Amino acid sequence: MSFLGFLKSNKKKHKTSSDPGRGILVFEHTSEVIKAERILKKAGWKIRVMGPPPEIRSGCDLVIEIPLIQELNILRTLENVGTPPMEVVPVSSPLLKPVDLFQNKDFGKYLMIRAANMKLTVEKETGTIVNISGGGCPDVPYLASKMVGMSLNEAPSPREIGHTLCGYALQLAYEEMRRR
Amino acid sequence: MIGVVGTVPDPDFPLVTGETRLKDDSIYIRGKRILVNRGTPALLAAAIKTAQVLDQGAPFGYLVGDVGLGHGSRRLYEYLSGHLGKRDFNTIVFHYLQPDVDCHNRVLFAIEEMERRPVLIADAGFMYAAKMSGQSSQYDLFTPDIGELAFLADEEAPHPFYTRGFILHEKNRAPELIARAYKYKNAARCLLVKGKQDYVADREGIQATINSPLEEAMEAIGGTGDTLTGIVTALIGTGMEVTKAAIIAARVNRVAGFYAKPTPATQVMDIIRQIPTAFARVLGEN
Repeated sequence: MSFLGFLKSNKKKHKTSSDPGRGILVFEHTSEVIKAERILKKAGWKIRVMGPPPEIRSGCDLVIEIPLIQELNILRTLENVGTPPMEVVPVSSPLLKPVDLFQNKDFGKYLMIRAANMKLTVEKETGTIVNISGGGCPDVPYLASKMVGMSLNEAPSPREIGHTLCGYALQLAYEEMRRR
Repeated sequence: MIGVVGTVPDPDFPLVTGETRLKDDSIYIRGKRILVNRGTPALLAAAIKTAQVLDQGAPFGYLVGDVGLGHGSRRLYEYLSGHLGKRDFNTIVFHYLQPDVDCHNRVLFAIEEMERRPVLIADAGFMYAAKMSGQSSQYDLFTPDIGELAFLADEEAPHPFYTRGFILHEKNRAPELIARAYKYKNAARCLLVKGKQDYVADREGIQATINSPLEEAMEAIGGTGDTLTGIVTALIGTGMEVTKAAIIAARVNRVAGFYAKPTPATQVMDIIRQIPTAFARVLGEN
């Protein structure tokens, strides 16, 4: 059964949930989630990027949690910029929380920051990205090929060119590195 | 013969299968060239170097372009589901693919159709799918890094991105995480955990710890885990027992890193070049 088909078959069960207040926006790709997150936050909506509940989990998934009462307005915002979700699903079960712990390793001349399974290393003096390691999704080698050798200010952000959860984790490490 | 399954970071790279070759800093397959940087090309380069040292044939590659949208991975999954059952490999390693549980399961069905069951190794995205599918015990070897080990140990996490905070690794917690991964049946028959210390473990516990030489910079260098997976794959391809191969591979990868005199800015090809010299030293010690 396709991901979408599976979602549809579970929709009735979700609609009978005892907590009608929360819903999730489901997109085809993580990159669309990242784009929608940026648009909705910019528009002032209180949303969270989370992991999907087990019954609709397929692989490299990420969803946006929204207050269902604002569903129509949120959908309008996304449709206006050509990024509508595949589905809106009410949820009652707890959603997975993305990693929010960072670890860093100081090599003296270089600083490495790790978020989940992704590590970003920068030369402190110049801000040049010298290495990207970890991860297992196919955009990691692609992100590395586009970012390594460039300064933090010049390099494309993983949010712009990444598509997976590993790309999203690298974005968190990238933001943490810029924050420092 | 060993089979290597993975992706390359080029959206226009077609699905290609065939014998692989390493020349200078590039992998060649069916006349197509891929620069060795990290990911599956780094795994292949290390496996080819190792096969040359051991006088073995070159790995057979199954490669496709994918930059994270999953289109290439899905084409490759589909191809494997239809073709793998008719092939004969003694070892197959699955590497950087978009994690997809349904597609993963179809590939496992195809493997069941093979006349002889190959040694199965999984790393990176394919290992994530294997764990999420609940089929980890079908594999002979997983090669996680310490962050991925925490993911294997977290019975609820579908991806390392969701590893719960209380499980995320801290110093010296690898033995506990290994035990937890086996407890919840989320580990392969053997684990080779890559990190500051490398661990070789099975359900009975840690069988070996490899911690020298220690080059702190290796953790920052993209592709050093891929090279270790490539080396162990080629060793297992000779018929070597998995645990023994994992121990030797860990040692060779560390020695190759040592000879490369790495900094956090070193690129992985500098380490791959040192694999033959590292083998000479490690095999001389044994």
